Parts: sequence; structure tokens; C-alpha cells
Amino acid sequence: MITEGKIIKIAGPVITANGMRGTQMYEMVKVGANKLIGEIIELEGDTATIQVYEETAGMKPGEIVESTGGPLSVELGPGIIGSIFDGIQRPLKTIKDLVGDYIERGIDVPALPKDKKWKFTPTVKVNDELKGGDVIGEVQETSTVKQLIMIPPNLSGTLKSIVTEGEYTVVEDIAEIEGPNGIIKIQMMHKWPVRSGRPYKNKLDPDIPLITGQRAQDTFFPIAKGGTAAIPGPFGSGKTVTQQQLAKWADADIIVYVGCGERGNEMTEVLKEFPELEDPKTGNPLMDRTILIANTSNMPVAAREACVYTGITIAEYFRDMGYDVALMADSTSRWAEAMREISGRLEEMPGEEGYPAYLASRLAQFYERAGRVTTVGTEDKISSVSVVGAVSPPGGDLSEPVTQNTLRISKVFWALDASLADKRHFPSIDWLQSYSLYIDSIEGWWKESIAEDWRTVRDEAMILLQKESELQEIVQLVGPDALPDKERITLESTRMIREDFLQQNAFHEIDTYCSPSKQYQMIKTIIMFQEHATAALDRGAAPDSLTALTVKEDIGKMKYIPEAEFDEKIKEIQDLIVKQTNEV
Amino acid sequence: MKANIKTREYTTVSEVAGPLMIVEGVEGVAYNEIVDIETPSGEMRRGQVLEVKGDIAVVQVFEGTRDLNTSTTKVRFTGATAHIGVSLDMLGRVFGGTGNPIDGGPEIIPDLELDINGSPMNPSARDFPAEFIQTGISTIDGMNTLVRGQKLPIFSGSGLPHNELAAQIARQAKVLAEETEFSVVFAAMGITHEEANYFMRDFERTGALERVTVFMNLADDPAIERIITPRMALTTAEYFAFKHDMHVLVILTDMTNYAEALREISAARDEVPGRRGYPGYMYTDLAGLYERAGRITGKKGSITQMPILVMPQDDITHPIPDLTGYITEGQIVLSRELHRKGIFPPVDVLPSLSRLMSGGIGDEKTREDHSGVSDQLYSAYAEGRDLRDLMAVVGEEALTERDRKFLSFADDFENKFMTQTRDEDRTIQETLDLGWELLSLLPETELKRVRAEHIPKYHPAHK
Repeated sequence: MITEGKIIKIAGPVITANGMRGTQMYEMVKVGANKLIGEIIELEGDTATIQVYEETAGMKPGEIVESTGGPLSVELGPGIIGSIFDGIQRPLKTIKDLVGDYIERGIDVPALPKDKKWKFTPTVKVNDELKGGDVIGEVQETSTVKQLIMIPPNLSGTLKSIVTEGEYTVVEDIAEIEGPNGIIKIQMMHKWPVRSGRPYKNKLDPDIPLITGQRAQDTFFPIAKGGTAAIPGPFGSGKTVTQQQLAKWADADIIVYVGCGERGNEMTEVLKEFPELEDPKTGNPLMDRTILIANTSNMPVAAREACVYTGITIAEYFRDMGYDVALMADSTSRWAEAMREISGRLEEMPGEEGYPAYLASRLAQFYERAGRVTTVGTEDKISSVSVVGAVSPPGGDLSEPVTQNTLRISKVFWALDASLADKRHFPSIDWLQSYSLYIDSIEGWWKESIAEDWRTVRDEAMILLQKESELQEIVQLVGPDALPDKERITLESTRMIREDFLQQNAFHEIDTYCSPSKQYQMIKTIIMFQEHATAALDRGAAPDSLTALTVKEDIGKMKYIPEAEFDEKIKEIQDLIVKQTNEV
Repeated sequence: MKANIKTREYTTVSEVAGPLMIVEGVEGVAYNEIVDIETPSGEMRRGQVLEVKGDIAVVQVFEGTRDLNTSTTKVRFTGATAHIGVSLDMLGRVFGGTGNPIDGGPEIIPDLELDINGSPMNPSARDFPAEFIQTGISTIDGMNTLVRGQKLPIFSGSGLPHNELAAQIARQAKVLAEETEFSVVFAAMGITHEEANYFMRDFERTGALERVTVFMNLADDPAIERIITPRMALTTAEYFAFKHDMHVLVILTDMTNYAEALREISAARDEVPGRRGYPGYMYTDLAGLYERAGRITGKKGSITQMPILVMPQDDITHPIPDLTGYITEGQIVLSRELHRKGIFPPVDVLPSLSRLMSGGIGDEKTREDHSGVSDQLYSAYAEGRDLRDLMAVVGEEALTERDRKFLSFADDFENKFMTQTRDEDRTIQETLDLGWELLSLLPETELKRVRAEHIPKYHPAHK
């Protein structure tokens, strides 16, 4: 049933309309003469409060508000990969072709191309019993991604007919199933409301690391597949570069990158760079596994509130196919601020720092959509959605509500530090403040795939870094000369951990990605230096001669050794450590 | 701004408070519509609709609400949102904060009427900024490189020479390959007559005035006007850049005054305040200005923005610089300590940053060793500064030979690299060579950030 109401009040992105009886909460509506897209966020009698996803300037009271009968949804099907969408899944490239370089209002474009034909290969037979989530066919969408066409999760029944292999558009009927409510036609595309999570059978413990190729993350503060991580940091501390590095190198099958209220040029950078970069796993362009959602800071604020939901719904869709998906949200603070802005316009009673009282629960609901799951459907597929959210705390103050509420939910905390960034120590992850709660659960993977003593070496390095901070306090008070010889060696080793291991140059062609085995060998080598140098000290060697060893320079250049030559070269360096420390 | 013919006039003002006025019994009023206001004495003012609820409109009055009354004030709704008539004749002209010429010249005959709020640029239409702009200032060119289409603010404090620096950049900025000069659109918000005169004199002295367009809202002009001044300036800049293929440098000063005006309106509307009383939507509002910088694929022109803002109490975590820093592509931070030491320009490189630097430098753009030299200078200077603090505690004797070298490097860096005269226009080659000269004070084994193959090529000891 279509309801038609009239606008009675306009205040920025929030409008009020009466005559809206019969509409539902979160129903999508078309507002005003320009038919701008909006969503009902409050109902009272026949009055509805609506957040509008486009600029409302020029709108007048008395204009019509039309209901659409359904909630804000995304279109899921072939054509999604490699696209760049705005916060409510409108394809920005199509908009550009339609209206030019600036985004105009009231543009009605379908999210997925409706006329493009995809080669569909059926994988089921007539009379098969199908449940929601079961795969009925495949479309090779890009060189990297094969999209599995599934029965929507809320349907099930007996397959009555299915088309033969051939080219079809996303809206053509390709199958019919007979369920309890009669025959239902299935298309390649289906819609799903963004604010409801897609169902799964059960959640599993995340015990496989999401390898990111970034040493500070993988070795010290790992995230698991299906895990959640937060990156808070003041501006200029490298949040965006860190996020982009993860989007580039994380070993997920699908990357959803949500640019939420951030800079336009950053999205352009991703758009330009990703088609040229190679996926380390497949050798195909990175764009072939990437979906971008761009709601830059100057785009309407209500769509910013919706964009993280759009992103995670798309991520869940690929998860249901059995893929490991990683979602990067940059930045969740902008999302929270959009909530605050809408809440302010609704004149709701504010909680902390003007944020609405439901901030914590909304954040929790969002992060809880991450996870490693068994998917719905006859066959049990294990797949995951990992979520990495950047947080932009005002003034770098981590005690603010968005950071604090995020930390309560996310299991990994990569604290970016401005003073490290000032020294050009990148990634500026503060090793004393950051933590990961996945270390114990993913230890098994490292032991099995890389080295038995991974955990020991990693913990050893962490203890040294801890020790360093204590020693630095003493140095600040009495100067470096006052330290015992042993501690001076420790400081030398921790300097290596910081400069030669933790620092990683995202713009260096080799250093930008570091494989797990290379990471292990690198940290192992530094720990070896510490052990051998300390042993030499015990034998009576002079500390100055130990800190002057030339092998230090070789250690400093480890990170630039290409993966192919690494095993051989690292052996030489390790032999050199033994040789030189024995000779002093 | 041009008024529309379809006007409706009301005398039903029911309330005047602060910069706001409430008009009742209105019909067909659009959100954000422009209104003309006639005061009881016949003076004309401008306003904009902030909220409409049924037949009540809340109007913000740009030129202030002094003299308005609730009986005889006339309000005309123009039916149009705020527009500005633009034309190429605007080059070399001076306009007031609401876009009327104040230099005694003729009215502008508009080529186009444009909405001053613009529309968001489609991210997929953007072209990534990657052309090096040489400003002739070593700390910027060498270490915080500006590129065409970037928005790079200057974070300053009261009493620091940000105006001198901005004027020098406006004067010297050029793109190396083309030697084309920038057109400058200059928007002043709440600055003093003296400051305004400084810029105007500098533009005149250097003959730049003919390629400068000035929008001037001075300290004694109504604060509310400041809300539209930068929007007019940016709309004009977009017209120059994307209709006439010009490279435009937009200087917005002082963004702090703009944000204060925003807070004033918000407070007058009884909105729920965010941090320090600034409205919760300040981030979105500022982004609506800053994001209008950039390049468009297939278009020749570009808009480079250099907003200037004075940080209250030199506090970089204050909401205004904080939110700005989250939107802009880096920041140039001026330091009071360096200024006290007599260093000009007092750019503190450690908290300064240019996010688009890596795309604009390197082989074929500046020089292959640029990024290495920059990183090395950064880390060496940071280390030198740390050691300075350490020395203050433990005394110079406690430092090692290596530490002393870093200390003297930091001194030389400040005195030779940072310091330059107000007319000194260093080429990027001069800047980088100077960098190498300073780095040669350090042991070669410490130069880990430059590529090994660049040391024999550029290090003075190898020449």
C-alpha cells in the first residue's frame, strides 16, 4: 500500500511529514518534488520523522512524501564487484555518466546494471530440495571472484525449473522453487534490508589469523578471520594508510572498503591504485576483489549513517557464498557523528558529548555482524567477515565515547600514536598500548604453518620492548652511560625491533608486504642477536665492540630483501651474528 | 546575489533573537531560501531560511538584526537559494562578504548564476592530485610538499606570521613544467583592516592583483555574513577552474572566525552543542567547504586550498583545528617556539604533514631522492630535538659523540634549512641539495632512510 503524506517541517537532513499513518519504522520513502530518498526514523500518530539521504535545500512544506512499502535495502547479485557506490548503494560511475562531475539530487539509478548479461552456469537439478543459502549456479564475475548464485536466505522449497547455461541479466527469472507458499521465481539478484543481519547457522571461534603482511599487526597484534579490530588515532597518525594497506594485502577473498565521511581524494586514490596493484594471492588486479562504498565528508550526512550498514550487508552476502571477507570502515567516528547530528535534529536527549544514548548499542550491533560462521544452507560452508574500524578521536583523546564504546566490543586495538608519526615511525602503532585478544587462539596456526617457537620468539620481543620503556625512563633521568652493559645491549636490540622490524614502509615496493615466514625469520634474527650479544658480554666482551658490529647494518636491511632471496640471505645474516659475536 | 522576481512579502515577524528572526503565517517557503529584509528605516538586508515548520520560518539575518522590529519590518522571500553571478570579469576585483563589489568598480554582469553551496564532487570523477607545486619554501617543498588540487591548511597561533607565509606562497607558487601562475581567490572572514591591507598591498606590490579575486568580510562586518563568504569564494573558484581551465589557489582566512559564526547561529537556535559549544554538524559543514578543492578527470583546471586558522591557545586539539585536520590533506603547523628564536617561516616540520606528498614527488616530478631525503631529515631532526630535551636534564657531557652530531644537525637544520628570507624563492633542487649538505654532518651509517644508491650520487662527500 502506498501512503502519501505532506511535509510540515524541514530542518537540514531531517524532515517531518503528516498523513503518514500505515508506514513502518525504517521504511524507505521518496520525499518532495525531487523524490529524494529518505528513511522513516520516528513515528508518532500520523506524523513521521524522516532522515533524507540528499540535500534538502529548496524543499517546501506541503510537498508530497511517498512511501515505498519496504525498508532501505541493497541489491545483491553479479555486478557488485569492482563498483564504487555511495552510502545507499547508488553506483557513482553511472551517476557520473548520467549527470557529470557533481552529484545532483534525486537521481534514481539502479545499484546493479539491469541490462548487462552474465554467463550463468546452473549447478542443481530439477526436483532438488533447496534451502535458503543453497547455491543454484555460478557466475564468473571477475578474474578473481566467482559469484555463487544462492536461494535468498528466507526462502526454501523444491526446484521446479532452472534455465540452462547461458547469458542472463540479473532480473531475468532463472529458476522456480515450490515452497509452502506456492511457486516463487528466483532471479540472480535479490534484495536485502541493510539494517538486518543476514542469518547464519552458528558462530565459530576465530582461530585462523587474517594475514595482512604488516609486521606490527601480524606478529604482535594479530587479527583473526572473523575478528574485529579498532584503529584509533589522531589525524596524521596514519589511519588511512594503515586501512589501505590492509585492504591491499589482507588474505581475504573479498574486500569491502567503506569510506565513511572521509576525504574524496582518498577514495580517488583507491580507485586509481587498486586496478593497477596485483593481488599477491592470485596475481589479478586488486580491484577484482574489491567493493568501494564512498560517502565522502561533503556528501549528505544521513547517507553517511547508512553507509556502514550497506557495506556490512554486502560483506555478509559474500560470506554466505563461503568467502572470507574483510570490511574496512574509515571512519566509524564519522558514522557516530552522523548519528549524533540526526539525533540532535530530532531533539533527542543527548548522552555523553552530545552523542545519542544508543551509541553504544548501535556500535555493538554493527561489530557483532562480524564473525566466523557456518553459513545457512544444506552444505555447511565455513566463512567469515572481519571488520576493521578506524576511529578518529577528537584531539587524539582516547577517552571519548566512540573510542571507548568501540574498545568494549572489538578484540584488537591498534593504537596509533601522534608522537611516533611525528618521528615518521610508520605504521605508528604504539606497541605498549595496543593489544590483541586473538594471540592465544591463533597460536596454533603459526605453530603449524610457520614455526614451533613462534609464540616464544614473539613474547620475547614483546618483553624486550616492555623493558625498553622502563630503561628509557632511567635514561631520561641519568643519561645512557649510567646503564649496566647488559641493558645497553637490550637497548640496541629493541632499537632493532623498533626500526628494523616494526617500521614498515608502505610506499616501498618490497617492504610494503611481508610474508608470515619472513616476519618470523626477521624477529627471530633480532632475538638471536640479543641472545648472542648477551652471551658474548657474559664471556667478557666489551659492550662498545658489540654495538659496533657490522652485522647491525645487515639486520637493518633485512626488510628490503625480496621474498625470493630471503631464506638464503637470512641464513647468511644469522651465521654472521654467530660469527661476529664469537669473535669479539 | 540576484533576487528573483517571484517574491512574496510579509510583515509578520514575531520574534527577533540574536542573529535569528522568526516570521509567521508564511506560505510556500523553501528550506535554505534567501530572503530580503527591509528594516523600519528602509535599509535592505539579506537572510536565509534555516528551518520551516508549517507556516513558521526561522531566518538567519546575514547583516545582523539590529534595528529590526516585530511590527514594520518587511520580509520578502525570493524563492531562490543563495546564488552568485559569476564572470571572468571578477578577476582583479574586490567584493564584500555577501558578494557586492566594494572597490568602486561596476557591477558584475554575470555569465552564470551558481548556487553557492555547490554540489558534492563525485568521487569517481575526481582525478588524484599529483602535480608538484613549488612554493619556494624549503620546509614545505622538501618535507610537506603541496600538490595541485590539495587542501593544505596553515595552523597558526595569534601573533605568528601566517599572513606573511600565505602571501609568500600566493606569490611564489608555481608548477614547474608549465610556469603558469595561479589565480588566487582570497576570502577574508573576520580579519582586521590591517591584515586585509597587508594582503592587498602585497598583491599590488607584486603585480598579482589582476589575477586575484577578493571576498572581504572584515572584523567589524556582521559575523553571520561569514557563513556565506567562503561559499561565494569557492563557487567563483569552481567557475574559474572548471569552466575556464584555470589553476586556482584559494586562501581562506581565518577559519576560526568562520567556526565562531557557526557556533553563534547554533547557540541562537538552541541546538544541542557538541564539543566546546560548537555544533555537532561542524565537521560536515567544514567538509562542505574543504572538499571543494580538487581536480576533475578530463578538466584542465584545479582548485588548491590553503585555509588559515589561528588555533585558540595554540591548542591543536581544539575542535576547529582538530576537525579541519581530519578533513584536509595534511597541515602546516607554525610554532611559537621557533618564532621566538627568530626563525622565519616558523614551520614546525614534526607535526606538519602533507598527505598527498608521495604522489607528487620523485623521479620526473621533483627528484628521485626526494622522499628519502625528506624522511631522513625528519627522523634526524626528531632525534636531535629529543636529545635537546635529554641534554637539558643530563647535561652535554653525558651525551655520546653520535648524540652530539645529531644535536648540531638539529641546530643547523633550523638555521639553514628552515630559515629563509621573505622573498627567497628556493628551487626544489636547491632545497634537496641543502638537505644533503646538512645530512652530511651525520655518520653515513646513520642514513638509513635514503636509498643506498643515492648516497654516492648526491652526498656531498662523494661529489
